[in-house]
Amino acid sequence: MQALLWVLGVPLFGSLVLAFAGHRPYARDVNVVFSLGTFIASCMLTVQIVSGGPILVLAKQFFIDPLNVFMVTLTTFVGLTTAIFSRPYMRVEQDHGKMTPPRMRLFHSMYQLFGFTMLLGLTTNNMGILWVAMEAATLTTVLLVSVYRTPAGLEAAWKYFILCGVGIALALFGTVLLHMAGSKVVAVEGDALLWTNLDAVKTQLDPNIITLAFAFLFIGYGTKVGMVPLHSWLPDAHAEGPTPVSAVLSGLLLNVAMYALLRCKVLTDGALQRPLASQLMMGFGLLSVVVAAFFISRQKDVKRMFSYSSIEHMGLISFAFGMGGPVANFAGLLHMTVHSLVKSAIFFTVGQAAQKAGTQVMSEIRGLIKVNPWVGWGMMMGVMAILGMPPFGIFASEFLILTTAMREQPWATPFLFIALGVAFSSMLIRVLPMVFGEVALKPLAHPPALVPVFIHLGLALLLGLYIPPYLNGWYVQAARMLGG
Amino acid sequence: MLQHLPQLINLCATMILMLSFAMISQRRIVSLINLFAMQGAALVVASVLLAYATHQPDLYISAGLTFVLKVVLIPWLLHRMIRRMNVRWDVETLINVPTTMLVGIGLVIFSFSLALPISRLSLSLAGGSLGIALACVLLSFLMMITRSKAVPQVIGFLAIENGLIFAATTVTNGMPMIVEFGIALDVLVGVLILGVFMFQIREQFDSLDIQNLETLKEE
Repeated sequence: MQALLWVLGVPLFGSLVLAFAGHRPYARDVNVVFSLGTFIASCMLTVQIVSGGPILVLAKQFFIDPLNVFMVTLTTFVGLTTAIFSRPYMRVEQDHGKMTPPRMRLFHSMYQLFGFTMLLGLTTNNMGILWVAMEAATLTTVLLVSVYRTPAGLEAAWKYFILCGVGIALALFGTVLLHMAGSKVVAVEGDALLWTNLDAVKTQLDPNIITLAFAFLFIGYGTKVGMVPLHSWLPDAHAEGPTPVSAVLSGLLLNVAMYALLRCKVLTDGALQRPLASQLMMGFGLLSVVVAAFFISRQKDVKRMFSYSSIEHMGLISFAFGMGGPVANFAGLLHMTVHSLVKSAIFFTVGQAAQKAGTQVMSEIRGLIKVNPWVGWGMMMGVMAILGMPPFGIFASEFLILTTAMREQPWATPFLFIALGVAFSSMLIRVLPMVFGEVALKPLAHPPALVPVFIHLGLALLLGLYIPPYLNGWYVQAARMLGG
Repeated sequence: MLQHLPQLINLCATMILMLSFAMISQRRIVSLINLFAMQGAALVVASVLLAYATHQPDLYISAGLTFVLKVVLIPWLLHRMIRRMNVRWDVETLINVPTTMLVGIGLVIFSFSLALPISRLSLSLAGGSLGIALACVLLSFLMMITRSKAVPQVIGFLAIENGLIFAATTVTNGMPMIVEFGIALDVLVGVLILGVFMFQIREQFDSLDIQNLETLKEE
């Protein structure tokens, strides 16, 4: 309980402090300190949950179980490393004149507030508050994406706002329907939106209403996950915003949206006799994997390419959860973890590379390994990891997903293999010259923070070789909670 | 009085739907904002009637919130915005209003058929209004798609919210209070951010035409 209040309170307080002091030179360090505080609080919360089991606190408004506590830890961890990364990065941006002190203030304040909205969404037990938190996360990231005030940035932010705002409005309609279905069975008025209450009576929920509700929730939260065909905001927002924002968007926000979808799926599976939720998640997941893989091969902008790779991986995760069952759910959770670690690490190195080259166009970024071997190797290893090369963790999760698919959904396997093959070759073709090419890039005034990159990749490597027993137990519990 | 309440609520629902159609065909921005405020007012009346009929004090608060936000604050902000940007008397050329209306009617039929199996199960007085709420949401989508200027798009976005609040009020007698406040806060902050964006868009592109925002796409 206390730990939970710290987890939510620290970033909220941080955003207030930085709203006043975010433009000062020391604000970069303050940002890191607040992120560190949140991370420590989330570790305390994790210890509490692992030893004491799920908790339901504050008039049942907050519910922490193995599924969301693992996402809370992941979110605060990547939030911390991204804050460390953004210290020198944003300083260089300021030197280049892309960031002014007022913009720095906006950036720091919104960075903390964004963390708060995601943590609120993850920990809340109220499906309505979950919606409010997702919408608030959209609003804060819209401001973060447009922070450079360039025409392209404005366009990206506008499209992001309109598309996600509309998408998420549909999720609210779904939430209303969920409330309607719940208030028929849940006795106490006003509690019919609490997930634990709905979960307890999920078999009695009216299937007609739930079918319609899930359809709306799926479109709504699916837009935020970046499912094809509602993905078009995602590459724009990733490419035009500052790199730390791309890292947290890909690494964290998509995960939180997926988490919202999973909570809805558990209820829907309980209420319906048909596997509607599974079929939708598998179908659109597969479509996302295939379409994104082919779009990867056509990109010229490095951040756009990696954002399409995020769509591909979110599709894969969605497909895994759609198949259901203990193995696929386990693989989905593992894939979420490793993808968010690896993808944010990649964006860190991409940010450094783009800063050195002064452009995000891939054909103009060359010879990273000569300019700074750490950046070069970091990117190379990150790309190998994201493409599913052993021994990184993504290999393990993709292996599990593919073998389960072969056994349970054989029709889908050719599509998956083709898509993964296309993504593999087209990404490697573009990354190799960027890393090993011949042209020298100019050095930067401030040495980049590369520790986060290698911590992330090290963890991804560790998860590929050996999953610690407590983490394993945690995944298994969460996978069991997801049903199957 | 009491036996007429369901009819009165249904009347409000019809008004809301009519106003959605009116917004689709309205060319002048200033009238569009007024129509939006009227839709908000109809929503408030519906909520108050429902609150009176079901004796739920929460619904009065929700109605008050809608009144402050959707009838007073946001229309005032929008009026101020268009005055400062000198687009007050802008007239938008709408292509093919009759076709849009026909598509709109199709959407209404679709929403009603979608809501029919569910609205029979509704506990509330105005169970049939689920179809109307859904129709309002879809009609506002249609408006956002057909408009190319920034202000009408924003109004479309807000009209979607109107439809949703109407659904929440009539179908389930309102969401829990804390959720209502959260939604209201999100909407207000969203409008403020969109307002700032509109000024920036005009600064960058010299117009509020969203068709200028077309550089980011796949070749």
